[in-house]
Amino acid sequence: MFRQVMDILSLWALPAILLLILTMGLAKKVPVYEVFTDGAKDGFKVAVNIIPYLVAIIVAISMFRASGIIEMIETALSGVLAQIHVPADVIPVMIVRSLSGSAALGVFSDIANTLGPDDYATKLSAIMVGSSETTFYVLAVYFGAVGISKLRYALIVGLLADIIGIVAAVCVCNWMFL
Amino acid sequence: MNYIFYFLIVISIVFGAVNGRLAEVTNSILTGAELSVKVAFSLIGIMAFWLGMMKIAEKCGLVQIFARIIKPVTKRLFNEIPEESPAIGDIAMNFSANALGLTNAATPIGIKAMEELQKENLDKTSASNSMCTLLAMNTAGFQLIPATVLAVLIGIGYKNPTEIIAPTLLVTTIAFVSAIILAKIFQKFWPAQTPHPLQETERFYEQMENTAPGGKTCSGK
Repeated sequence: MFRQVMDILSLWALPAILLLILTMGLAKKVPVYEVFTDGAKDGFKVAVNIIPYLVAIIVAISMFRASGIIEMIETALSGVLAQIHVPADVIPVMIVRSLSGSAALGVFSDIANTLGPDDYATKLSAIMVGSSETTFYVLAVYFGAVGISKLRYALIVGLLADIIGIVAAVCVCNWMFL
Repeated sequence: MNYIFYFLIVISIVFGAVNGRLAEVTNSILTGAELSVKVAFSLIGIMAFWLGMMKIAEKCGLVQIFARIIKPVTKRLFNEIPEESPAIGDIAMNFSANALGLTNAATPIGIKAMEELQKENLDKTSASNSMCTLLAMNTAGFQLIPATVLAVLIGIGYKNPTEIIAPTLLVTTIAFVSAIILAKIFQKFWPAQTPHPLQETERFYEQMENTAPGGKTCSGK
């Protein structure tokens, strides 16, 4: 029952918004085609503005991931984290999820496929990946688009919130699935 | 950010050398650079689409309706921007799109909100308090249903994938609320840089030039 409601919601969310915007536009006598194309003009400009910021952050993170340091952090943390029932397989998800969304999803799919649906690691990593957004990427795109290079406290807040999310995921998962 | 950029690269080179993976690190520069351009270019179409749709939504008053609904919340969170600023409506739409899992729509709308906030910003290179709050709302990634994760779980034959929704929602709510609280606390310790008086006069002259009838770039509302 709940599953069906959810399916309908995810299927209809976007079409419903489009119907709402266009119908209301027409009802208010807005020239929808002209206004649409006028607004869409900025798409290219914004995307191009982002490029330097994305290059800086994505290249730095690619280098970081290639250097093997994540594996070193993994071994360093595995002893402590085993105490609070965090399987070693989940550690890369914790580290990578703020850095790269596609990598986090890749690691999670890997865990899910190798360990199977009944494993605790699958559930914990599912919650960790499902509850987060890639902090570095969002930062580069949102601030890059308007040319902000002095971040002030924005990155620290993003990363602290990610850590709080990880701790919360471990607690909730311990409580529900152990 | 200067330090983070510096240290990310220096640490990568040092540890790449220690682990004997220097070649991989060098190769990753090329793949990373390529990937960033690919990401940016893949955004062009969807960005154009949603910016167009948002313009219609704005013209017909839909954004303003959204803004009115969440005003009690945004008045506290974004107390530095004028109440009638179009940013409020954009922020509301950005949050709703994120919550519904429509990332493709949320990003262009969020960027539009950033642009509106940038208009109120005094130092155009430094993030204002409101911009940091909006960013915190987005980096926390609040989402009602984790659709991608569910798809993977269904793919591996997870018996009851919906059991993951409630705990995920709880965790994402905790992260989201703490991100906003942290942003509001930290803004007291990181005062926004006030622009140098000279810069302000410069800006004033720039504005004069732009609004003058003979000005070369006579755009804006």
